[in-house]
Amino acid sequence: MSKQTVLTGIIVEENSIFTLAELSRASGKPAEWILTLVEEGIIEPVGDDQSHWQFRGHCLRRVCIVQRLESDLGLNLAGAALALELLEEVEALRNRIAILEQ
Amino acid sequence: MGLARDASQDDIKRAHRKLARKYHPDVSKEPDAEAKFKEASEAYEVLKDPEKRAAYDRIDPNLKAGQEFHPPPNWDSGFEFRGGGFTGAGGSGFSDFFEELFGQQGFRGHATYGAQFNAPGQDHHAKVLVDLEDAFHGATRSINLQSPELDEQGQMRITQHTLNVKIPKGIKEGQQIRLKGQGTPGMGQGMKGDLYLEIHFNPHSIYRVEGRDLHMQLPVAPWEVALGATVKTLTPDGTLDLKIPAGANSGSKLRLKGRGIPGKPTGDIYVTLSVVAPPANSEQAKALYKEMASTLAFNPRAKMGV
Repeated sequence: MSKQTVLTGIIVEENSIFTLAELSRASGKPAEWILTLVEEGIIEPVGDDQSHWQFRGHCLRRVCIVQRLESDLGLNLAGAALALELLEEVEALRNRIAILEQ
Repeated sequence: MGLARDASQDDIKRAHRKLARKYHPDVSKEPDAEAKFKEASEAYEVLKDPEKRAAYDRIDPNLKAGQEFHPPPNWDSGFEFRGGGFTGAGGSGFSDFFEELFGQQGFRGHATYGAQFNAPGQDHHAKVLVDLEDAFHGATRSINLQSPELDEQGQMRITQHTLNVKIPKGIKEGQQIRLKGQGTPGMGQGMKGDLYLEIHFNPHSIYRVEGRDLHMQLPVAPWEVALGATVKTLTPDGTLDLKIPAGANSGSKLRLKGRGIPGKPTGDIYVTLSVVAPPANSEQAKALYKEMASTLAFNPRAKMGV
């Protein structure tokens, strides 16, 4: 691979839409597992019928975090969903503290 | 894991779960969380299996009770991992020490896949630190990544590679850049996997980032807030004149609209004024302070009633 090449990517959260298959590949988990995340309300698809489901870019991060919490800490989906929400809250609070402590 | 050598399997599981929750990279903000998490996972991988534990005990008879388990350094940053969690499925995320001990049996089979077998390559994920200024102007950064790759013998090897990556203008903390075809090569006719780079900003000496907004403290003199003034302030785009209204005070917040990280919408910069009292380090300065004290009759604690 040439070291001179400059790779240009896209910002996942803004310009990206994932199909079920892409989300499955990106997280290394089967599509059935992704469907259970939809059932749990962790991610929301856009589009009506399941074969054309698409997911907005920000879903990828959630899927990956839930997958890691499940496999590394043994959480079930409901627990991982709760942890995910609390983590997002903690993140926002930590950021707030950093601003206030400036 | 800080356990005695004769710890029971239950003790081991409990200790591991505690450490794993404490240091899981998604949960912990400690700078070396990922290394500590892997360390604990490795130790647990050995200890939870009675056979492996026996092998480990045999290999290192000099290990004292409670002695720490040390993985090699520098295996936490810039390390790509697959969608298998930080623990790594089958050992790709484990250190050389661990692999020497227990081998790489999980991967030996790969080389025997026939040419008929087509499968897309795996996607990889990595975290990358960039400067806030890169998000302002866009930049090309060369990024060093370590990733496990299969060699001709089908063995896992940690390889280093450098990628030159465009950091798009306007990217926010925590967003990911998707680089198509930079993951694991596919098998047969399968497409290459993608590489996802999660962007984080290096801590900045002046700005705190919140989405596309920036927050900063601006030191000002007492007369600048009392009388109002136009002072110079910094933005990542250069210096700027900031008008301070008369009657402002320490803690007053001013908004520089549209001066934050560019995008739709562009962020703002919030400037919090911080009044600095000039030092009374000369006779003149002391005289001025004394004059203020007698003329202003100012009690900053009036609201407290003292």
